Amino acid sequence: MRLILAAQLLSVTFCCYGQVAATSVDYATQTITHALTEEPPQLNSMKATDQVSVEILGHVMEGLVRYDRRGNITPGVAERWEVTDSSATFWLRRNAKWSDGKPVTAHDFIFAWQNALDPKTASEYAFILYALKNAEAINQGELPTSALGVTASDDYTLIVTLERPIGYFIKLTAFTTYYPVRRDFYESRGTRYAADAKELIYNGAFTISEWVHSASLNMAKNPHYWDKNSITLNAINIDYITADSRAHLNLFIDGKIAHTGLDGETYKDALTQKLRINSFSTGSIFFLEYNHRPGRATSNINIRKAIQHVFDPAEMVNRVLATPGNLPGKSLFPVWVKGVSVRFRDEYPPPTATIDLNKAKQYLSDARAELKDIPPLVLLVSDSPIASKQAEYVQGLLLSKLGLKIVVDKQTFKQRLAKMSSGDFDIVGAGWGPDFDDVMTFGDLFASWNLNNRGRYTNPEYDRLVRVAMDSTVPKVRMDAMGELQQILFDDAVLLPQYEQGIIYLQHPKLKGVTRRVFGPDPDFTYARVVK
Amino acid sequence: MLIYTLKRLVAGVITVWFIATATFIAMHQVPGDPLMNDKAVSDVIRQNLEQRYGLDKPVSQQYLIFLSNMLPPDPDFGISFTQQNRRVNDIIKDHFPVSAILGLLAITFATLGGILFGALTAIYRNRLPDFIIMFLVILGISVPSFVFAALGQLLLVNVNALIGYSFIPVAGWGTLMHMLMPSLVLGLGTMALLTRLMRSSMLEVVNEDYIKTARAKGLSPIRIFLKHQLRNAILPVITILGPQIAAITTGGFVVEFVFAIPGLGRYFIQAVQQLDYTVIMGTTVFYGAFLVLMVITVDVLYGFIDPRVRLK
Repeated sequence: MRLILAAQLLSVTFCCYGQVAATSVDYATQTITHALTEEPPQLNSMKATDQVSVEILGHVMEGLVRYDRRGNITPGVAERWEVTDSSATFWLRRNAKWSDGKPVTAHDFIFAWQNALDPKTASEYAFILYALKNAEAINQGELPTSALGVTASDDYTLIVTLERPIGYFIKLTAFTTYYPVRRDFYESRGTRYAADAKELIYNGAFTISEWVHSASLNMAKNPHYWDKNSITLNAINIDYITADSRAHLNLFIDGKIAHTGLDGETYKDALTQKLRINSFSTGSIFFLEYNHRPGRATSNINIRKAIQHVFDPAEMVNRVLATPGNLPGKSLFPVWVKGVSVRFRDEYPPPTATIDLNKAKQYLSDARAELKDIPPLVLLVSDSPIASKQAEYVQGLLLSKLGLKIVVDKQTFKQRLAKMSSGDFDIVGAGWGPDFDDVMTFGDLFASWNLNNRGRYTNPEYDRLVRVAMDSTVPKVRMDAMGELQQILFDDAVLLPQYEQGIIYLQHPKLKGVTRRVFGPDPDFTYARVVK
Repeated sequence: MLIYTLKRLVAGVITVWFIATATFIAMHQVPGDPLMNDKAVSDVIRQNLEQRYGLDKPVSQQYLIFLSNMLPPDPDFGISFTQQNRRVNDIIKDHFPVSAILGLLAITFATLGGILFGALTAIYRNRLPDFIIMFLVILGISVPSFVFAALGQLLLVNVNALIGYSFIPVAGWGTLMHMLMPSLVLGLGTMALLTRLMRSSMLEVVNEDYIKTARAKGLSPIRIFLKHQLRNAILPVITILGPQIAAITTGGFVVEFVFAIPGLGRYFIQAVQQLDYTVIMGTTVFYGAFLVLMVITVDVLYGFIDPRVRLK
């Protein structure tokens, strides 16, 4: 009896888990295999928030516009568009189709946007739609979803009314939350929408052909995709899902996957194996954020200035992180952010503090005079090994240079967030990744109304500058405001930039055309190909 | 026998209820907020999320709702917090069979190996094979499975590189070849434990009167070993097999992690890290019930193997 049961169990497994592909790249069939660190938690585009879901969605869905291989906006479902200060009109291509052959229409966008803003949907990224007229009021439950400033004059013309002039609106529409959703399909699936390969309908370059939870997720070229002639790969197979970085490296060495990220540990092994290591700047900035709430020692500017004059980001990058690709942090605005005509960094060079121990000590003695007694400062960090290393470095630095005592508070993900929100810290190790290609994706972070301003920094002048940049469509006016804002961040020592994140990865030499992106799906295999 | 089984089942249900209650209380004591994520959300969105998961109600009421939903015949653990469109029941249904197969193979390895090596060490007591095996046993008991997992995988990588062909896959799931290394690694600890147990119980029975009688009767040593010694010595091994099956089936999360196996163990661990309330409750109660059931099953089976127990 037991034997029979075992045999049955075994046969169940065999039927459900298909044969794993033999090689990582195959020229003849144009197939690649790679691995994910976790399974995409949310493939409902209206609710997706995480990097893995965004990566998969970017391959199987398409918005009005998309990013090309150089990171520039290029037509997607919309053939062309016109944006004015108060509205935007999109003309949709007639050959854009869903994976069941039905056309993608303007109504699919309207449905998705209204649904994402509906407070009942509870989408965490609804705020990215606030550029649309009445969007915020709808999201707050003050207006019905039908009040949203978007209409379809016919199936292929989408007219958007904007809440206010917004120079980067077109870039927003490339974002996941702006992807179309077809009402009849969505309603037919109920709460199961996007839970499995068959519970989702696709309009991107690929479709999910098979999805075995936590085991594999295979994508096949979408025969209905309007631009299918630009797509070379026939299949992208994700046959392994695990967060174990060493397993990824072993799979790569064994020739099972064509692409994998490395961390501090596996990096050394990859070096010994003489593998060719690539690096890429993710565009995210990591920094120490101070608690500015009254009563906290760190609300004293002199303490913050003292720390500013002893902390050297370059040393942190070289000695603590010690993997290629990271850049010393200089400002809240990473180096890639665009300015008026060239890079923001070149047009508005960030002010930098000289490492000056005497000056730092002077600031500290001013602080002591004002505060009388400086309690040990609580440095809140995540429980990852790299965060611990950084915390220890900061702790040692401040103690040896300034005699400042730091208590490191290591917390798991959810606990750290809870403490950040309630203000239970003096300094917190934080980071910010861009959502869209505009300076504002970073600029409003320390505005008094921003819920992600966890240190509760408030400065009316900062708020004013954010509003100037928000309300104007003149690039020069906006960038000037952001330049001033960058100066305030430095003068007030609002945060302490640590580093701009770089990541390192391995890629099969026969796999070409993989795009690494600062925003949107990353890595992007859409236009990749296998060479002979 | 029937009354005994029923009694055990009732006690089992109470145990599971206790596990559920203790987990529920402990989970709500963990600092942190299950609904919080990288990006902060407005109050309205938060209220809607709380409503969806019933977190807007007082904790005592949440507990009662949870208990009533959990009741057979149709237990429902709700929807996952991290995968908002998957039911916890589906997660268990999809991933427990994988853990079960892995566990079953591991326990097969462990039992066969444990009995074989245990018997060998007893036969060759205080001679070289005994010393070698007992040294390996100490190693097997003291080295945690994640070390074996990493070493096992590295071994496969090197073997495959040596023969220039991916003979045994280094990770993944799907065929018997995929299962070999992970189940071996997972079973090593139990195999070591069983070897030791088997050895001592073999040595215990070797001086019993019935063995002497058998020898006096002139039975062949093989026959004595198989029919008299092994059958009697194996009883303690079967006793601990129940909890061991449960432990292996539920404790494979590290092995699942290293070998990229889609088992339930990783959901169990991730749920705790992510404070995914519904998945924590679902997996704990399910595993708890499974453990209890395994212990009861083995106790009942014991009666069939050893008639002396049945008579009592």
